[in-house]
Amino acid sequence: MTPRQRRITLVVGILAGVAVAGALTLSAFRENVMFFFDPSQVAGGEAPIEQRFRLGGMVKPGSVDRVAGSLEMSFVVTDFQQDVRVVYSGVVPDLFRENQGVVAHGRLGTDGVFVADEILAKHDENYMPPEVARAIKEKHGGVMPVNPDVRSVPRT
Amino acid sequence: MIAELGHFTLILALLAALAQSFFGLAGPAMDRPSWTSTVRPAVWVQFLVTTLSLGALVTAFVNNDFSVEYVAANSNSALPLLYRVSAVWGAHEGSLLLWAWILVAWTLAVALLSRSLPEPFAARVLGVLGLISVGFLAFTLFTSNPFLRLDPAAPDGRDLNPLLQDPALAVHPPMLYAGYVGLAVAFAFACAAMIEGRLDQAWARWTRPWTTVAWAFLSIGIALGSWWAYYELGWGGYWFWDPVENASFMPWLVGTALIHSLAVTEKRGLFKSWTLLLAIMAFSLSLLGTFLVRSGVLVSVHSFAADPARGMFILAFLVIIIGGALTLYAWRAPLLRSEAGFEFTSRESFLLFNNILLVVAAAAVFVGTMAPLISDALGLGTLSVGRQYFDPVFLLPSLPLVALAAVGIHSGWKKGRLSDRRQSILLALLAGVLLTLVLVLGVWEGAKILTPIGFALGLWLMLSALIDPIDRWRRKLSMTRAVIGMAIAHLGLGLFVVSITAVESYTRERDLALAVGESGRVDEFEYRLEGLSTVEGPNYDALRGEVRVFENGKQVGLLYPEKRNYWVQRQMMTEAGIEMQIGRDIFVALGEDLGAGRWSVRAQVRPLINYVWFAAFLMALGGVIAATDRRYRSRPEPAA
Repeated sequence: MTPRQRRITLVVGILAGVAVAGALTLSAFRENVMFFFDPSQVAGGEAPIEQRFRLGGMVKPGSVDRVAGSLEMSFVVTDFQQDVRVVYSGVVPDLFRENQGVVAHGRLGTDGVFVADEILAKHDENYMPPEVARAIKEKHGGVMPVNPDVRSVPRT
Repeated sequence: MIAELGHFTLILALLAALAQSFFGLAGPAMDRPSWTSTVRPAVWVQFLVTTLSLGALVTAFVNNDFSVEYVAANSNSALPLLYRVSAVWGAHEGSLLLWAWILVAWTLAVALLSRSLPEPFAARVLGVLGLISVGFLAFTLFTSNPFLRLDPAAPDGRDLNPLLQDPALAVHPPMLYAGYVGLAVAFAFACAAMIEGRLDQAWARWTRPWTTVAWAFLSIGIALGSWWAYYELGWGGYWFWDPVENASFMPWLVGTALIHSLAVTEKRGLFKSWTLLLAIMAFSLSLLGTFLVRSGVLVSVHSFAADPARGMFILAFLVIIIGGALTLYAWRAPLLRSEAGFEFTSRESFLLFNNILLVVAAAAVFVGTMAPLISDALGLGTLSVGRQYFDPVFLLPSLPLVALAAVGIHSGWKKGRLSDRRQSILLALLAGVLLTLVLVLGVWEGAKILTPIGFALGLWLMLSALIDPIDRWRRKLSMTRAVIGMAIAHLGLGLFVVSITAVESYTRERDLALAVGESGRVDEFEYRLEGLSTVEGPNYDALRGEVRVFENGKQVGLLYPEKRNYWVQRQMMTEAGIEMQIGRDIFVALGEDLGAGRWSVRAQVRPLINYVWFAAFLMALGGVIAATDRRYRSRPEPAA
C-alpha cells in the first residue's frame, strides 16, 4: 500500500469504529433510559407494566406500613390526586419521611402495586426532586406544600 | 467592617482583572511594549486583592460574624474550626470566590514562571486568563456576593450542611477547582497560540507541564469526592454516574486525551489543531460542569443555587468563551499544518487511538448526562439515565484503551519498533493471565464474564508499565522523571482496572434487620449487632451501634456505625462504620428503627475498594513527577 492508501484506510477505519460506537451508544441509550411518571399518569395507564421506571411524588401521611422488625415495608406515593402503593425491602434513605418528596425506581405489577428496588429521598430539607415538585405543583393548584419552619434565616 | 473590606477588594479585583486582560491582549496587538509590561503588575494586584477578599470571608466565618448573610446561612457557633473554614466554600457564593482565587493563583504562577517565554506571547496568555477572571469575578459580584449583610444580625447561624462536615470534603472542592481552573491555563495557551497564528513544538513544551499538573489536581479532586460519597452517603459504592460526578469526569477524560495529544505535538509537531481543539473542549467542559452544578439545572448534593439569573449568566459566559474560542479556532487552525507522517505501529498512532477512545468515552458520558436535560427542555418527557446505560457504553471504549496502553507505551516515535520489546510485552501478558487465573480460581471464587478480562488487562498494563524502568535500571540508562512519572501513572491505571474489577465482581452486600444480640449472614460473613448506645458530638448527638463481623466463625471486624442527629438543621445523617483491611473493606451502615427492637443494617464487604482511590492517587502522582521533568525547567527556550 502507498502511504496515501494507508492513510485513507486508517481514516476509514477510524470513522467506521466511531460510527459503530455511536450506534451502540444509541441502542444502549434506547434500552436503558428510565422514564418518570407521577401517580396520576400511572392511574391513567400511561406507565408501562413490568418495565423499570421512576415513580415520584409525596409519601402520603400515615401510609407507611411495615411489619415490625422486618425490612419489608410499603407506603403510598401521592400527587394529591391519585395514589400508588409501593412495596420495598431494604434500608430507606435518611431523609425518607411522611409528607416529603420521594422517587422510587422499580416496576409496576399487574395488580397496580409498584415494586421498588431503590428509594431516593431528597438530600436536604429544602430540596425536592424537580420532577416531583413540578408534578405536585400542577396537581395542587400551584401551591407547594413545604415545611415552613426550616426555610429561611431567622430574621428576628 | 471586615465584610465591607471583602466586598471592596472584590470590586478592586474585578478592576485589576479588566486591566490585566486589556493590557495583555491590546499591548501585543497594538505593539505597545509599555502596555505589555503592565500585565504582570496587574496580575500581582489582582492576586493581592482577591487574597484579601477571600481572607475577609474566612475571617468572617472564623469569628462567627452572623451579620453576614452567607455566614449565617452556612455556619454555626458550635461548628468546629476546620469546618468553619471549609464552610467558606460549602455553598455557592463562597465556592465561586474560591474559584476566582484559585484562578488568580494559577495566573500568578504563570506570570512568575513565564519569564522565558516571548513577552507578547506570555502577555496574551495572561490576558486570556484575565478575561476568564473578569467573568468569574463579575459573576460573584453581581449575582452571588458572599459579603451581603443581614440586618439585624442572626443570633446564630443555620449551620453547614452536615453532609459537608467532613475532612475529605473540606479539601475536595479546592482540589477539584485547582484542576478545573488549571485547564484554563491550557486553554489560555491555546488561545494565545491561535491569536499569534503560530504553534510550534516549544509551545507544546510550555503547555504540557501546566496541563499535566491541572489534570493531577482534577484526578485527586474527583477521587476525594468519590471517597467521600463512599463513606459519608452510606451507599457504599465508589461511583454513581451522578450528573455532578459526570460533570467533573468529562473534563478529566478530555484532559487525559489532551495530555497525550500534547506529547505528540511536543515530540513530533503533529496533531496541532486537534490539540488546540482538545484544550478548548477540556476547559469548556469544566465551565459546563460549573454551569450544570451551579445553575440548579441538575439537582443533587452539590447544587446550591436554583437562581435563574445565575444560570443565565453562566450560560452567557459559556457561550462567549466557548463560542469565541471556536470562532478563533475556525479562523486560525488552517494556518497550523502538520507536515510529518507516521507509521501504523508508531507511538503517534497508538496515541491517536488513545485520543479517539477517550473522546468517544467522554461523548458517551456527555450524551447520558445531557439527555435528561434536553428531553426535559424540549418537553419530550422526563427521563433518567442510570448505570444500566453508563456502565456498558463506558466500558466499550475503555477496555480496548487499556490493552492499547499496555502495548503502546513501548512503541517508538515515527516508526513502530516494537520488536525489541515484543517478548517483554508478551511475557507481561502471560504473567497477567496467570495471575488472573490465581485470582479467579484461588483467591476469590466465581466470576462474571468481564472479571477475567478486567483482571488480565489491568495486570497486563501494571506489569507492562514496569518493563521500561526495570530495563533502564538493569542497563544503567538514565532514569528521567518523565520515564518514572509515565510508569507510575500507567501502573496506577492498571491498578485502577484491577481494583474496580474486584469490587464489581466480588462485593458481598445485603440489608439486614437486627436486634441487639442478633446476627445475620451475608454469604460467608456474619454480622452481629452487639449493642446500641447514645453518644454526643460537638454539634450533634448520635446513636452508635457496635457490630462484630465474623468470617467463617472467626472475628474479622469490630465496627461502630452511627446515626447522627445534627441539632441545628435537625437532619439525620448516616456515619458508616468501615474497617479498612489490606485486601478489603468491611462496611456497615445503620438504617432506621424497624420496630420490635430491630434496626435495619446495610452490610457490605468490598474487596480492594481502597485501591480504587489509591490508584487515582498514583495516576496523579505520576503526572506531577512527569510534569517536573528537567526539560521543562532548565532548557533555554527558543523564540517562538
